[in-house]
Amino acid sequence: MGHRLTSGWGLYPTVTAHVHTARLPVHLKQLLAAGGTWLPQGNCRSYGDGCLAPQVVSMLALNHLLDFDPSRGTVRAQAGITLDDLLRFLVPRGWFLPVTPGTKFPTLGGCLAADVHGKNHHLDGTLRNFVEQLDMVLADGSEISCSPQDHPDLFRATLGGMGLTGIIYAATLRLRRIESAFIDMRSVRTGSLAEAVQVFSETHANYPYSVAWIDCLARGRQLGRAIVMLGDHAAPASDQPDRELTVHRSGSVSVPFFLPGPTLNRWTVKAFNTLYYHRQWRRDVRTRVHYDPFFYPLDAIGNWNRIYGRKGFLQYQFVIPFNNGMEVMTDILERIAARGAASFLAVLKTMGPQDGLLAFPMPGYTLALDIRRSDDSIIPFLRELNETVIAAGGRNYLAKDAIMPRDQFERMYPGLEEFRRIKRTVDPEGRFKSTQSARLGLS
Amino acid sequence: MTRRALLLGAKSPIAQELASRLASRHDYDVILAARNSMQLAPFAADLSLRTGRRAVLLEFDALDTEALARLPEQARAVAGDFDLAVVVFGYLGDQRRAEEQADEALRIINTNYTGAALVLTHLANYLVQRGQPGGIIGIGSVAGDRGRGSNYVYGSAKGALALFLQGLRNRLAGNGIHVLTVKPGFVDTPMTEGLDGLFLVASPERVARDILAAYHRRRNVLYTPWFWRYIMLVIRSIPERVFKRLHL
Repeated sequence: MGHRLTSGWGLYPTVTAHVHTARLPVHLKQLLAAGGTWLPQGNCRSYGDGCLAPQVVSMLALNHLLDFDPSRGTVRAQAGITLDDLLRFLVPRGWFLPVTPGTKFPTLGGCLAADVHGKNHHLDGTLRNFVEQLDMVLADGSEISCSPQDHPDLFRATLGGMGLTGIIYAATLRLRRIESAFIDMRSVRTGSLAEAVQVFSETHANYPYSVAWIDCLARGRQLGRAIVMLGDHAAPASDQPDRELTVHRSGSVSVPFFLPGPTLNRWTVKAFNTLYYHRQWRRDVRTRVHYDPFFYPLDAIGNWNRIYGRKGFLQYQFVIPFNNGMEVMTDILERIAARGAASFLAVLKTMGPQDGLLAFPMPGYTLALDIRRSDDSIIPFLRELNETVIAAGGRNYLAKDAIMPRDQFERMYPGLEEFRRIKRTVDPEGRFKSTQSARLGLS
Repeated sequence: MTRRALLLGAKSPIAQELASRLASRHDYDVILAARNSMQLAPFAADLSLRTGRRAVLLEFDALDTEALARLPEQARAVAGDFDLAVVVFGYLGDQRRAEEQADEALRIINTNYTGAALVLTHLANYLVQRGQPGGIIGIGSVAGDRGRGSNYVYGSAKGALALFLQGLRNRLAGNGIHVLTVKPGFVDTPMTEGLDGLFLVASPERVARDILAAYHRRRNVLYTPWFWRYIMLVIRSIPERVFKRLHL
């Protein structure tokens, strides 16, 4: 057991926590029997305080593969395995994750708890659509397996349930067959937000993966200039068949220390964004790239979260319905640009329909921005933006959130009452609790 | 012919790293022996899936001295013949408690020395009667190099084990069976979790890599990481009249 300062990937907030490492599934029951409130914790790659609590059980040592069935295309693994580790096993055997977030360092359990989406959300939905079974330990120490057929309520609430319904110790996933580790990528430089959205709508049927990188500091007519990236798994190239299923390399360049606060300011970020935007000279480029830079570009820079300095940063991600989404996004981007709230990346993508009680996605646009926490005045500013999001019928993503007040949360998530009802039945004493769930009234 | 290794104390991270490396880099099947060995099923499944090698579980308790004689045959029966035996299990215990309570002292001594020495004898006999080259790896400790007030019960048992392994090496040298004594420093495992005053803590991966490299080079005594050889050289050279007054 260790007593240490913990934080999510955004480095804010920090919580001093007792961290107990479960080395065997049986330890989970033993810890729960000892009393108190708990939160299962993975690799802390969610940004805010959804992964934090004063007393956590680290799942990182429960990281074993349990079963792999190539005839059915399924894998069963313990929840503490990272996507990085899963890919190392799956890719050489011709399989890929059905849904992956933009980093390969979260654990499987963390991805299930946040019900993550990927660049293919508009076609495939979130990770929940590929889960066959969850094996869990509940608050009373009992073991239970749930699926869409068995204990469907628990299954529904646990996916996206931020670790608050019980501890997932293993899960079975349906995989995606690939013939190559490479992606056929098309990147299109667009001059405005409207143009980027136009590219999305024209290409959605042809490309399962799509995302746009937006320059938030460009103003006026250039507002929302972007690079739209589209992709699909490549067919094997005939010249080097044995290299077609090569796994990603380990190792990366690392940010060795915290950059001093003022390193990133509106001028340096503007320069970066302008360079990034103009790096692509032609408007429309088609290339073949490995899955690693396509899905996980920032994984190549270890500890990139340190570039925002010791005070950390907030990642602000919201989704809004299509109907007046363009105007709302423009409004929000303008307000962020006017404030000079420096952001390296703004990531835009369209989302499709989604089931789930605390599911983040809905048909519409989602925008994610990094916002340096230079001082706490940024928090009321972002809460004002939340009001705009709510008025447009949208919501914020719990895996990124560190600052949302309870009343805003309650207006964003219509499935909340149903979630609370199920949580009361499986965790009547409120044994599973995070810093976030306490703030949002989820536990 | 399939090469096979028997690992005793397979719940320890060092044993698991050894098993993974033996399977993935040296084409070994592994027999994982431990108490409540069923708890190792996830680890065994993972190892088999990743390496394509067999991993078999075997129930084993170092304190059950009656049963130790049957262990080599049991291992052969469930998995097949093996040519490498690795004794990794150990019990750090609580020095203060061992000073007050005989059962704690006995448990430390019996796990780390009596149980280890007995099972090593049976394993040695088994490997000798096979009549083929083989090996034994025993994990001692730098704590066995000099008695210290803070953990001399554990240290004396590990020191005795090192002496036992030395004798075994001498006995088996003519049989083509190599005996490697390993003396790790502090390793980042549950055994050392929460202890104060640790320094130069090594990862189990590093230690396992050193062990297999030393085994394949037919080294006799390995300090891992390497600098512990020199740290212990210094510690052993302090005159007793000075050493006894130090708080170590």
